[in-house]
Amino acid sequence: MRHIISVLVENEFGVLSRISGLFSGRGFNIESLCVAETLDPTVSTMTIVTTGDDAIIEQILKQLNKLINVIKVIDFRDTDYVSREMVLVKVNADEKTREEILRMVEIFRGKIIDVSQKTYTIMITGDEEKLRAFLALIRPLGIKDLVRTGPVAMARGDKTIKMKDKQPKGGNGDG
Amino acid sequence: MKKTGAQIFVESLVAEGIDTIFCYPGGATLNITDALGECDIRQIVVRHEQGAVHASDGYARASGKVGVSLVTSGPGATNTVTGIATAYMDSIPLVIFSCQVNTALIGNDAFQEADIVGITRPCTKHNYLVKDVKDITRIIKEAFHIARSGRPGPVLVDIPKDVSASLGEFKYPDRVHIRSYQPTYIGHTGQVQKAMKAIASAKRPVLYTGGGIILSDASHELTKFAEALSIPVTNTLMGLGGFPGNHHLFLGMLGMHGTYAANMAITESDLIIAMGARFDDRATGKTDEFAPHAKVIHIDIDPTSISKNIKVDIPIVGDTKNVLHKMLEISAEDKESFKDFQASIDEWLKKIAKWKKDFPLTYQRNGGLKPQYVIEKIYELTKGKAIIATEVGQNQMWTAQFYKFLRPRTMLTSGGLGTMGYGFPAAIGAQVAFPKSLVIDIAGDGSIQMNIQELATAVQHNLPVKVVILNNGYLGMVRQWQELFYKKRYTWTCLPSPDFVKVAEAYGAAGYRIDKEEEVDKVLKEAFRNNQPAFIDVHVDPLECVYPMVPAGASLKEMLLV
Repeated sequence: MRHIISVLVENEFGVLSRISGLFSGRGFNIESLCVAETLDPTVSTMTIVTTGDDAIIEQILKQLNKLINVIKVIDFRDTDYVSREMVLVKVNADEKTREEILRMVEIFRGKIIDVSQKTYTIMITGDEEKLRAFLALIRPLGIKDLVRTGPVAMARGDKTIKMKDKQPKGGNGDG
Repeated sequence: MKKTGAQIFVESLVAEGIDTIFCYPGGATLNITDALGECDIRQIVVRHEQGAVHASDGYARASGKVGVSLVTSGPGATNTVTGIATAYMDSIPLVIFSCQVNTALIGNDAFQEADIVGITRPCTKHNYLVKDVKDITRIIKEAFHIARSGRPGPVLVDIPKDVSASLGEFKYPDRVHIRSYQPTYIGHTGQVQKAMKAIASAKRPVLYTGGGIILSDASHELTKFAEALSIPVTNTLMGLGGFPGNHHLFLGMLGMHGTYAANMAITESDLIIAMGARFDDRATGKTDEFAPHAKVIHIDIDPTSISKNIKVDIPIVGDTKNVLHKMLEISAEDKESFKDFQASIDEWLKKIAKWKKDFPLTYQRNGGLKPQYVIEKIYELTKGKAIIATEVGQNQMWTAQFYKFLRPRTMLTSGGLGTMGYGFPAAIGAQVAFPKSLVIDIAGDGSIQMNIQELATAVQHNLPVKVVILNNGYLGMVRQWQELFYKKRYTWTCLPSPDFVKVAEAYGAAGYRIDKEEEVDKVLKEAFRNNQPAFIDVHVDPLECVYPMVPAGASLKEMLLV
């Protein structure tokens, strides 16, 4: 199963290495990892996409929580959330295909952000399914290059991340 | 008044109440070494940095205080890694100070530079690089707090030479605040009640306890609880001493070289009450067949230990001492629920008594001097009052089986990492903490050579550690596996040793040799009375094996007996 986890960490040197080291050392998967500062410049969010059964995900969450620099771990398993990813893709674009590409980009509400004699560079944002559908359509035209950011995620509705100190847990083993 | 970073460092240690450190100098330590020259902290200079960390670890295990070591940059720092990993696996509170090249040189492949913070990230609870003199006091305060709180562990602090030279103010913080670190001590009341309900309805309960009992000083509470309800207790290797080894409710150690009674009790149990133990593979055997009929209650301060290897039915995150207090309260108040409990437990205890009687720990006396006999004799002579360190391998397992540990903090052994060369420096550390106690390292002829240089440290500081070398001329545990599973092809395991008596004498220590059973009593007595450090080279039956044995990957009930 694929899971998105957000990790709030102290914005300090070496923290990324602690997190990636935890995953590699314990044989957990990282499909994608996206790190940036939050509203509070002393805190960064890491959005990690990982795979594993429930027991593995539970271990990942607990092990992340155990790291001293980790302030909060958010598991999106049981919450409604939105997630978006951005992809930049450079495709072959000649006289015959330019029009078709433009149409597809419009349908998918993307943008052409760079043009050359032979190529378009397209920016698309969306959830995973949308990106997959777009890439499937564009692939036959010849993808020259592709970069993805990996997704970022946020809970739906009024729910926000409470930035209070880590609290001792109730002790029921939920980590 | 402005002070140097080195002076601030020393005053921070004093403010933290540190009275002893284990250390080794080098170019990068010089500022701090010089500042330490003018203070009252006891400084035990070792002969190898690995020895410094193991010694501080033995000091910590025996005393319950945080162990402190200090080494230089580069090779000095990398030499500590085995010691740090050993302490990390066994949750021992240590602070390791490594010195570092000047900040301007970091990353330039400078002379004696190593990225020790990077290297030790996966084997420390946490680590720090001090980049500014004004951070020294806060980081030291945090390092000690992290090392000793929650599930304890080693913390490394790396101090560049220019930081220890630059000027700053000394103001030691009164308290620590780390927003991202708040360990859970208090067990959830609802979960504890649930656990007690499960215990009240159990017919064949077993307490399975580990090093967590010793780390949280809960052995008194554990003994009271086991006695209150007459629940039998098995210990992991790390848990030995947490429950009196001569107690009628004690089953002995469980696992690969555990007793028949302990392993059968686990296998037939209907309720495992795990406390401060982590279901290590050496304790559980094949996990699918571990305690197949049992519900599992697991009490541990570290949530990651829970449901990691064995699925737990009633998890309780908390300090074992605190949770045991609550459990004792409930069992005292709720007599009604436990009315029928005592009748069924009697039947269970009878069954266990029969296992104990039919299949006790034993060994055959023919064919030379038996290592087990030597351990039994050490127990008899010390009446279980000594502090015992072990190396790793057969010496460690025979000690766990045949020495009855009566008190916590008397067994110092590398349980998790299994570090050969741990025992001797650890015994030195314990002797520093308890100068008047008899401290014995039970070693093999292989292990003792891994940190034998520390004999110079013991002689220099008049630390009368006794090293009993069970000399069988083999790396015995590996040889045992070769005998049983590799058709007796003893590749790499038959290693000649030096004359340990002469080695001891060359270092200025006492050396003894034992070849026959009848010499054991007399020579050990004499060596234990001697106020010098001593090697006692005991030539034992070279082919003796550790039994019972559960082959790797088998279930606990598949024991090879003698």
